[in-house]
Amino acid sequence: MADAEKENAAAYWKANVRLITWSLVVWAFVSYGCAIFLRPLLSGIAVGGADLGFWFGTQGSILAFLAIIFFYAWKMNKLDKEFGVEE
Amino acid sequence: MSQFWINMLFVGASFALYFGIAYWARAGSTKEFYVAGGGVHPITNGMATAADWMSAASFISMAGIIASGGYATSAYLMGWTGGYVLLAMLLAPYLRKFGKFTVPDFIGDRFYSRGARLVAVICLILICVTYVIGQMSGAGVAFSRFLEVSNSAGIWIAAGVVFVYAVFGGMKGITYTQVAQYIVLIIAYTIPAVFIAMQLTGNPIPALGLFGTHVESGLPLLDKLDTVVRDLGFQDFTADVGNKWNMALFTLSLMIGTAGLPHVIIRFFTVPKVADARWSAGWTLIFIALLYLTAPAVGAMARLNLLDTIYPEGPKAEAIRFEERPNWMKTWEETGLITWEDKNGDSRVQLYNDTNADFAPVAAERGWKGNELVVNNDIIVLANPEIANLPGWVVGLIAAGGIAAALSTAAGLLLAISAAISHDLIKNIINPKISEKSEMLAARLSMTGAILLATWLGLNPPGFAAQVVALAFGIAAASLFPALMMGIFSKRVNSKGAVAGMVVGLITTLVYIFLYLGWFFIPGTASFANTPENWLFGISPLAFGAVGAVINFAVAYAVSLATEAPPQAIQDLVESVRTPKGAGAALDH
Repeated sequence: MADAEKENAAAYWKANVRLITWSLVVWAFVSYGCAIFLRPLLSGIAVGGADLGFWFGTQGSILAFLAIIFFYAWKMNKLDKEFGVEE
Repeated sequence: MSQFWINMLFVGASFALYFGIAYWARAGSTKEFYVAGGGVHPITNGMATAADWMSAASFISMAGIIASGGYATSAYLMGWTGGYVLLAMLLAPYLRKFGKFTVPDFIGDRFYSRGARLVAVICLILICVTYVIGQMSGAGVAFSRFLEVSNSAGIWIAAGVVFVYAVFGGMKGITYTQVAQYIVLIIAYTIPAVFIAMQLTGNPIPALGLFGTHVESGLPLLDKLDTVVRDLGFQDFTADVGNKWNMALFTLSLMIGTAGLPHVIIRFFTVPKVADARWSAGWTLIFIALLYLTAPAVGAMARLNLLDTIYPEGPKAEAIRFEERPNWMKTWEETGLITWEDKNGDSRVQLYNDTNADFAPVAAERGWKGNELVVNNDIIVLANPEIANLPGWVVGLIAAGGIAAALSTAAGLLLAISAAISHDLIKNIINPKISEKSEMLAARLSMTGAILLATWLGLNPPGFAAQVVALAFGIAAASLFPALMMGIFSKRVNSKGAVAGMVVGLITTLVYIFLYLGWFFIPGTASFANTPENWLFGISPLAFGAVGAVINFAVAYAVSLATEAPPQAIQDLVESVRTPKGAGAALDH
């Protein structure tokens, strides 16, 4: 591999790892945060007969996971083209 | 038409569909047999993966578990969906780029070691065999209840159906039958849920109805449910859990375990491009979410319906008389899934929490001498249409749906097992010179062998069959997931490190499970009672997989840093799986 190509691949991988890290922060925040550890803090916010933490546990985190995966797929497929490494 | 014939019609029609697909999608090459030729559309694969993933347990048991467990069971909902985030970002695209057939394939090549491949094969077989027993017995339950055959006849029928499309069609046949099975199971799950949500909340979308208003009382549905269960001495449905640390670790173990399940991972080898693998993970989760967002609503509403049936005038008034019980209770009593014992001799059916000391004075005052009705969790979904007085065709649909859920997961697991045997053991370890034609035959024979083994284990379930969550998810989390992830994200982890990590992760997890659940699950051999005060740092054996994963990562890095770096060719391989470019070429090996 030429040096320029190597550098490009390294930069692409760095961008990917950065994106993954931020996505995992959101992933952990909605599930371990809102739905589990922060539930007592959010208990004041009522959602239809229950509280926000309960909603995150049963529905909110799943919807957030969907958003994360689709955002990641969209962003990565765009990065593939920017770095010229798409198929 | 009698209910039996309606059920026959629905189940028979779904089988005819699966056989038709099997004939159309016969496999002609090993590439078709292992990865459906690598040309499956990402949405099609998403649907197939959803069916592959949603097992008899998801379809039959999950809503019942939520009904009795309430908020605490969110760990299952989040664990079994959050794993797809890990899969989409940490494994699927790179393994698709690698472009081979099995999970041990990647581990064996990346860690340039037959030993690593062999350890991966052993972990894979432990995971998939544990998992498949539950599918066979789930199919047996569904057949015996709805088609009035014996449990063992049901298991044999299930084995026969899977044989037809898995042996001839391989991954190609399995993919397209899974798509059909997904459609059958999601319709079957949704229709009764919509009816019940309409009846209770006036909202046709169950997930919205869960947070809606209970029509009869005018209270929010969850408030109403909390009140009713509280009046019977149960914990509130929405009650918070005390040990959050354990709940979080349990959720994490399920997530990591999900991402490490071989039969799910190999589904992402079937899409044409790396970009498709990313999209496909999203589509998979959409199709799974359609059921998982409905499940808590079904659980909560079915529990309210059930208690309303037992206490027609409310939980503070008298329970129904046994002879006035509805017909569905009589049918399910025959299966042993509902039992009634008149402990206080008043011929009424008292259902309450007799383990709650605070509630005991209330029960004594009302003349109750213990809980009289035991309802198995599985009934919540299976009997749901009958509990809610839905028409007979809905019951037939549930029968076809339950069987579809069990068969689709069983087929995916059996393929993972047979590919590991014919491709990893026979082609890559025992006889590398095997021809394409002989490997194909070996794959079909391994599939037949795996089906016979699963059938036998389904007929004679060993003690560990009930421990799918601990065993399958624990092993996947502690052994396969870390090895796969390090293989992609680190160039430094070498064969010695990976093997040491997998073995130590696997053994510590198994030992921790055995300490509390019995050595090799033999009853009476547990070293400690399985209660929270005995758990190390309050971690339950079901939640230990995540700890096993951390141990695996730590050991693998420590051993790798103390030994030599992987050869240049391997570091180049890691570089290559990290970028999508050239994936098409990689597949033709």
